Amino acid sequence: MSDTLAITLRGVVKRYGSNTVLRGIDLDIRHGEVTCLIGPSGSGKSTLLRCMAFLEEHDAGLIRVAGDPLGFDAARNRLPQTEIARVRRNIGMVFQQFNLWPHMTALGNVAEGLRQVLRLPKRQAQERAMAHLTRVGLADRASYYPSQLSGGQQQRVAIARALAMDPKIVLFDEPTSSLDPELTGEVLNVMRSLADDGMTMVVVTHEIGFAAHVAQHLVFLDEGQVALEGRAGDVFAQPWHPRLRQFLETYLDRGASVLLG
Amino acid sequence: MSDFSALREAMPEIVDGLWLTLAMWLAASALGLVLGLAIALARRFGPVWVDRPLWAVVGVIRGTPFLVQIFLLYYGGPFIGLELDPTPAGLGGLALYGAAYFSEILRGGLLAIPPGHVEAGMCIGLSRLQIVRRIMLPEMTLLVLPASVNMFVVLLKETAVLSIITVPELTMAVTGFGSANFAFSQAALVLAIVYWTLTELTGGLGRLLERRLDRFKLA
Repeated sequence: MSDTLAITLRGVVKRYGSNTVLRGIDLDIRHGEVTCLIGPSGSGKSTLLRCMAFLEEHDAGLIRVAGDPLGFDAARNRLPQTEIARVRRNIGMVFQQFNLWPHMTALGNVAEGLRQVLRLPKRQAQERAMAHLTRVGLADRASYYPSQLSGGQQQRVAIARALAMDPKIVLFDEPTSSLDPELTGEVLNVMRSLADDGMTMVVVTHEIGFAAHVAQHLVFLDEGQVALEGRAGDVFAQPWHPRLRQFLETYLDRGASVLLG
Repeated sequence: MSDFSALREAMPEIVDGLWLTLAMWLAASALGLVLGLAIALARRFGPVWVDRPLWAVVGVIRGTPFLVQIFLLYYGGPFIGLELDPTPAGLGGLALYGAAYFSEILRGGLLAIPPGHVEAGMCIGLSRLQIVRRIMLPEMTLLVLPASVNMFVVLLKETAVLSIITVPELTMAVTGFGSANFAFSQAALVLAIVYWTLTELTGGLGRLLERRLDRFKLA
């Protein structure tokens, strides 16, 4: 049964000092689905996503990726670094700040893992990297350095870098939040085409439109807990949930203020 | 006319002094840079019991005049069985002095690397060593370039202090000539011009290098 689940979280708790950010999260991420995590800022959605990549270490609970425990086993023993790396290999990560390596070209960024981790010969690594750059529409920018690319282009290179390692699941941490509004479209289009290809994706986003149209699975987090989850259409059809309603209204207000501007 | 013949006589010594200055400067810079990198990495990645003593040593070196350090090493060394000739003592002292400053510059560079760049490496599956070698060291180098060029210039000027323990470098040679011929201020002027020319050249090279590396800057 667990092999139909890409990621499972059971009772996941994360604290920073006395501040409990995640208060016992239970969540299943299914293969081939796009799961969007939405919620007000401070609700713990980015922390939750980072826990799924073990970039944050959860303080309690169990996370399984493709069936295997991530970071700690069920008895709360810390797993060896090699095992953490092995389980993490299932996961690709796309960050809000792109985090491209500035001293490598776009091609170099995408080829790095192929060369250093998969140990592919240079030519083969570059060909594969090029194929992924082509997929995100940046074949003609292969020799550019990150400083020579726009934010949207950098984020697309970062997506190609994550895809090049052939992950089972790609995690997106607010992938368009540091982009100018006119550049978010190109990144969302790449993500949409990934979703159409059946990639398993978990996306922390403020793009409610993307969540409504692309996600199959919607999770509304509030104060470190899953307040509401389900099929995207069902969740948005429940505006009677007071916190969700309040959250969505801030979006409507923002939109309205732009219109009335 | 007699001034010129005296100068001609002293010239080989002055030229030797210039070469020795350049050699001491480059050797101390290279040694200081390597030792400084080792200290920076040990303090950044090592346990507390490595970090603390290094913190103390670096603090002492940065908190005392180089002149005093070189006196201690050269005149105080024999009391603990460390008897060095002037030139090796000067080289070792200058290298240690440079290492203390370089270690702080490089450590600052390591700390200034955006944590996300390291996380991206972890998510790709790079090992710790690969992350240091492939991501952190190159990014650190870019970040510390201006401060490092500055430090090279400082080390060049501090070679003059080595004349005090009779290292026959440029300052020693030129002031020797100056006092033998009662031309102190002329000698000082010549020294100022030579050092300033060298530091300007170094700074220019640094700026050139910075421009060449500009496209690697953090976006």
